[in-house]
Amino acid sequence: MVVFLARRVLAALFSIFVATIIVFGMSRMTGDPREQFLTVETTQETWDAWGKKFGLDKPLVVQYFIWLGKASVLDFGTSLNQARPVRDLIAARFWPSAELALTGWFLSIAIGIPLGVLSAVKRGRPIDYLVRWFALLGQALPPFWLGMVMILIFAVGLELLPAGARDGPRSLIMPAMTLALINAASNLRITRSSMLEVLDSEYVKLARAKGVSETVVVWKHAFRNASIAPLTNAGLLLAGFLAGTVVTETVFAWPGMGRLAIDAVRTNDFPVVSGLTLVFTVIYVAANFLVDLTYGFVDPRIRIS
Amino acid sequence: MDNILEPVGSENVVRPSFRSQAWHILRRWPILPAIILVMLVVTGIFAPLVAPAEPNHTVLRDRNAPPIWMEGGSSTHLLGADPLGRDLLSRIIYGARISLLVAGVSIGFGLIAGVSVGLVAGYYGGWWDEIIMRLADTSRAVPFILIALVAAIVFGQRLEVILAILAFATWPIFARQVRAEVLVLKQLDYVAFANVVGASSRRIMQRHILPGLVNTVIVLATLQVGALILTEAILSFLGAGIPPPTAAWGVMIADGQKYLTDAWWVSFFPGVAIVLVVMAFNFMGDWLRDYLDPRLRQLE
Repeated sequence: MVVFLARRVLAALFSIFVATIIVFGMSRMTGDPREQFLTVETTQETWDAWGKKFGLDKPLVVQYFIWLGKASVLDFGTSLNQARPVRDLIAARFWPSAELALTGWFLSIAIGIPLGVLSAVKRGRPIDYLVRWFALLGQALPPFWLGMVMILIFAVGLELLPAGARDGPRSLIMPAMTLALINAASNLRITRSSMLEVLDSEYVKLARAKGVSETVVVWKHAFRNASIAPLTNAGLLLAGFLAGTVVTETVFAWPGMGRLAIDAVRTNDFPVVSGLTLVFTVIYVAANFLVDLTYGFVDPRIRIS
Repeated sequence: MDNILEPVGSENVVRPSFRSQAWHILRRWPILPAIILVMLVVTGIFAPLVAPAEPNHTVLRDRNAPPIWMEGGSSTHLLGADPLGRDLLSRIIYGARISLLVAGVSIGFGLIAGVSVGLVAGYYGGWWDEIIMRLADTSRAVPFILIALVAAIVFGQRLEVILAILAFATWPIFARQVRAEVLVLKQLDYVAFANVVGASSRRIMQRHILPGLVNTVIVLATLQVGALILTEAILSFLGAGIPPPTAAWGVMIADGQKYLTDAWWVSFFPGVAIVLVVMAFNFMGDWLRDYLDPRLRQLE
């Protein structure tokens, strides 16, 4: 178990390390950030003073380690465009993103897992085909397009829901459903195939032969044993959600980290971009690590190999 | 009594009705997806012959013209026109070409890189394996969309850049799967025999292991094409993909976003094209997986 843990921790740290290099390298390749403030009246002195202020006069490697040292205590510097600490900007956007991601995640589980079980239990029946087509559709929908179609139907057509911005629980419905519908598909498919496997096993047949009621067979005997794979998948999805709401936030004008990232990229605000990319990476790696850990805890075979 | 002894002739057998036969065939073979994919390829390749108009020909008089069946629609623009008065149907047809090109080229690079790297990692194991797999993990962990956005700014919004980014996103998927398969294959007796006979590692990998990977790679590639078309659309929508005015489906959806209330068709139809094509590829991939691996037919 100790070896397993150590290996996992090292792997996670390695991922984060490589990510920091990519992030730092890329954010510096966007060009000298001072060019943003360059005007006709800028003198060589001011230019150099800016360089000193942002630490741009030192060699790149040194700049990287300074940046890394500060980043490890969540100090990502100051935004170039908003003159506020990047940490504050990200912190202000964190909860809206988390709210959206968590709601979408719960919905994707609430839709995906019961439908997956249903489809496995009714295998080969019309309802199974319907559910599988739904999964196939969910995996093929471009999230921004689904969002726009929903706006078209529920905001423009029926005038039931607000088209965008974060303004009370009603404004959360469409963005969360967009996330949920697209991600329910993978929960559904994994639940279905792992349920089919378990429903075929001897102990389920025995339970049925004993005359245990179908509900108990399905939910107590079968689902409990089939739930590891879908739960792992759901865990990874949450990690992806926290980092991947960029598109949904853009379509629905949701004031989260994703939109902050898009705006920062478009305005060449490299401290914000690098800070956010790092936050996203760490969230993903940490969630991945936790899922691995739970998985190793639940299934001893993984610990050993 | 004669009746019972009479051999069962063809006239006594209940013939399945045409409908149930058709249903049976549709269930067994992926006919609908195949039709969609053939249409995609044909219209993609012969776009200039199929499309009713030039994809970038602007007729400002026709801006946001509705589709033919709506009020004010005309036969010049069957699916309507976009905010610059360009024919939507023609742009969707040319967009098929872009989607095919992008998905085809990036899957090619991702496949070659991923398969070779996964093969080496799985076969040799040890440090190589560790480094390659950690790199594969990392490229999954970094927020791909952000990296792509930054790359589009650093290197410019160009076709080569998006191809490179998509190939970069694809290789780890092949590498992981191939490595896992190689770990199983290299334990098999015939590989051990090849080793005993004195075959070089290179020969064993090429002649004895690679052929065993073909099915996996075909299935994975088919499923990945759908995923790549979707990703390309997302990137193009966010402004990090195919540069306008090229007709790419993602760009077209973005073009219509501002006009959603007045001209929903501008964003709607390119999205339908994406959904149909991606569904067809995914369906095909699932079907191929079951078809090539009979063990799975029981499960899926």
